[in-house]
Amino acid sequence: MLAIKNLTASVDGKEILRGVDLQVEPGEVHAIMGPNGSGKSTLAHILAGRDGYTVSSGEVRYLGEDLLQLEVEERAQKGLFLAMQYPVELPGVNNMSFLREAMNAMRKARGEPEIDTLSFMKQVKEKARQVKLDEKLLKRSVNAGFSGGEKKRNEILQMAMLEPKLAILDETDSGLDIDALRTVADGVNRLRSKERGMIVVTHYQRLLDYIHPDKVHVLANGRIVRSGGKDLALQLEARGYGWLLEEAAA
Amino acid sequence: MSQTNSEMEALIAGEYAQGFITQIDSDTFPPGLDEAVVRAISEHKGEPDWMLQKRLEAYRHWLTMDQPDWAKIKHPPIDFQQISYYSSPKQSPKLESLDQVDPEILATYEKLGISIEEQKALAGVAVDAVFDSVSVATTFRERLAEAGVIFCAISEALRDYPELVRQYMSSVVPHKDNFFAALNSAVFSDGTFVYVPKGVKCPMELSTYFRINEAKTGQFERTLIVAEAGSEVSYLEGCTAPMRDENQLHAAVVELVAMEDAKIKYSTVQNWYPGDHEGKGGIYNFVTKRGDCRGDRSHISWTQVETGSAVTWKYPSCILRGRDSVGEFYSVAVTKGYQQADTGTKMIHIGENSRSTIVSKGISAMQGSNAYRGLVRIAGKAENARNHTRCDSLLIGDRCAAHTFPYIEVKNPTAKVEHEATTSKVSEDQLFYCRQRGLTEEDAVSMIINGFCKEVFQELPMEFAVEAQKLLAVSLEGAVG
Repeated sequence: MLAIKNLTASVDGKEILRGVDLQVEPGEVHAIMGPNGSGKSTLAHILAGRDGYTVSSGEVRYLGEDLLQLEVEERAQKGLFLAMQYPVELPGVNNMSFLREAMNAMRKARGEPEIDTLSFMKQVKEKARQVKLDEKLLKRSVNAGFSGGEKKRNEILQMAMLEPKLAILDETDSGLDIDALRTVADGVNRLRSKERGMIVVTHYQRLLDYIHPDKVHVLANGRIVRSGGKDLALQLEARGYGWLLEEAAA
Repeated sequence: MSQTNSEMEALIAGEYAQGFITQIDSDTFPPGLDEAVVRAISEHKGEPDWMLQKRLEAYRHWLTMDQPDWAKIKHPPIDFQQISYYSSPKQSPKLESLDQVDPEILATYEKLGISIEEQKALAGVAVDAVFDSVSVATTFRERLAEAGVIFCAISEALRDYPELVRQYMSSVVPHKDNFFAALNSAVFSDGTFVYVPKGVKCPMELSTYFRINEAKTGQFERTLIVAEAGSEVSYLEGCTAPMRDENQLHAAVVELVAMEDAKIKYSTVQNWYPGDHEGKGGIYNFVTKRGDCRGDRSHISWTQVETGSAVTWKYPSCILRGRDSVGEFYSVAVTKGYQQADTGTKMIHIGENSRSTIVSKGISAMQGSNAYRGLVRIAGKAENARNHTRCDSLLIGDRCAAHTFPYIEVKNPTAKVEHEATTSKVSEDQLFYCRQRGLTEEDAVSMIINGFCKEVFQELPMEFAVEAQKLLAVSLEGAVG
């Protein structure tokens, strides 16, 4: 469903991605690991269509389309979801209304009618319970004054409601205590399905104790330097990234 | 253009020399202001002599005054001799169909969801017989008359209820109050008079009627609303639709009088022409609005949504004279392009236990400049007076400006005065976040803006709250990025 070929990209003239190749099929969960500054978040942002990156070569196909030609909201409407490392606060915008607007925007793009209030309320309450997000937070402004953990739970709630085809989680585990980490991981695992692809971007192996990826990739210096199974993540935990970087440089 | 103006001037000056009397038969006066013009306006309207004397007094005082320059606005000097001070509404050119109206304006009407009939009325198209505004208006008039509410043009009131007008006019905004109030007091063309008798709750929002009948507002409008003891009235002026108007200077005066236990709610939606993309043209809006909470437990509430005009200079205020009286000011002011707004309020606490609330939301986009200027004064006698002020500014882009000028004067130690202010920006991050959730940039901006303005919108009459939201979205279209 997602095919990245030789993707090269820069920010302010500085090359961050230097030829990334990645193939994700429906039902697969891919973990992208790597040291800080290796380009993990850049990759996630480019896939979502964030401004400020220059793609100099390469190609990204998503569900048969040239992904890089699509607007941010078009990508979202076609089922690409990015759970952000730093979810943004929207003061004055009610959390529940925001969710509903987002759902309706997606439905509208698919030519479906708007969701009716009753089934929306039922769904949102049930899913908030699953991600252990206090119902009070649904009535507050989006992420405004939320704790780090609450913001991440809110991201997972949005993901659960929007039911994306391809979910990208950008360092969703950063800054979470172990309980929050478990809840977030549960939320992700609940969404695993045959139809859905997932990319989990993380610095630490510990998230992968709870989310078991089908494939693990190591991104370093703007390239995927190693791909493997879950044991690659364990190896990284034991040995760090150093040895891989040396190998890649050699 | 300037050449045409000076030619006109010469022509007019020539005619002037031959005397003014022949001029007053026409529906539009030539530009220029002197005592003869003031007299002519009064005569044209068949006003009682005391009104003429008041006008003349105001005019003579105005001559001694200077245009105020303390506001955070810049504009070329206004030449008061270049302005025509009377123009009959009949004179405005009638178009035959909507096809003759600027398509840009039509597109805006469309976006605001305004009906075809209303579009025609607003754009100055002759309304056909199918749109039976007269009968609707008559129904309203009957209902108001049954309740004993007087609601008419101020010139009509001067004819039919001269004593009422005389008693209250200029009692809240004296003609010496300020430069523009003095000018208005001398030359006001028309406006509205509302009188709600003791204990009467006005049976309807005075907006509905207004919208159908008074789409075209005058240049120097005068409004007077009197609510007798225990009465209640809600009045809405203006319209979300952009107003076509050839007059560049607007200087209105609005006076509200609330007696014991009376409640007046005054809402404004102002969307006059803001000038072109380079900041040329556009209305200069210098308004004096003041409410007098004369009786105990009286309540005056101002709500305004200001999105139009090139320059806005406006401070709807409350004099809280009565014990336990309440003053409120809720404002959304948007400046974009080269628009400038210096707006806010004055809450003058005199009565014991008087309370006031100020909520001001300023939005600046593109090169817009937005200033909040507010005075909270607690007089020595005002035991236990309270004020809460909340003043928020939202910036879109990096070329706009927001300023806050709070003035607080407290002369009684029991007073509680609070002032909160914030400045925030619609960030790239916020827009990206919303778009990543499937919303278009425009929807995202309108969602953020509406969230920002929520506290003010909920004070508007229901139907207008919805329109105001749409208006803001339309106003700020293209302001991002």
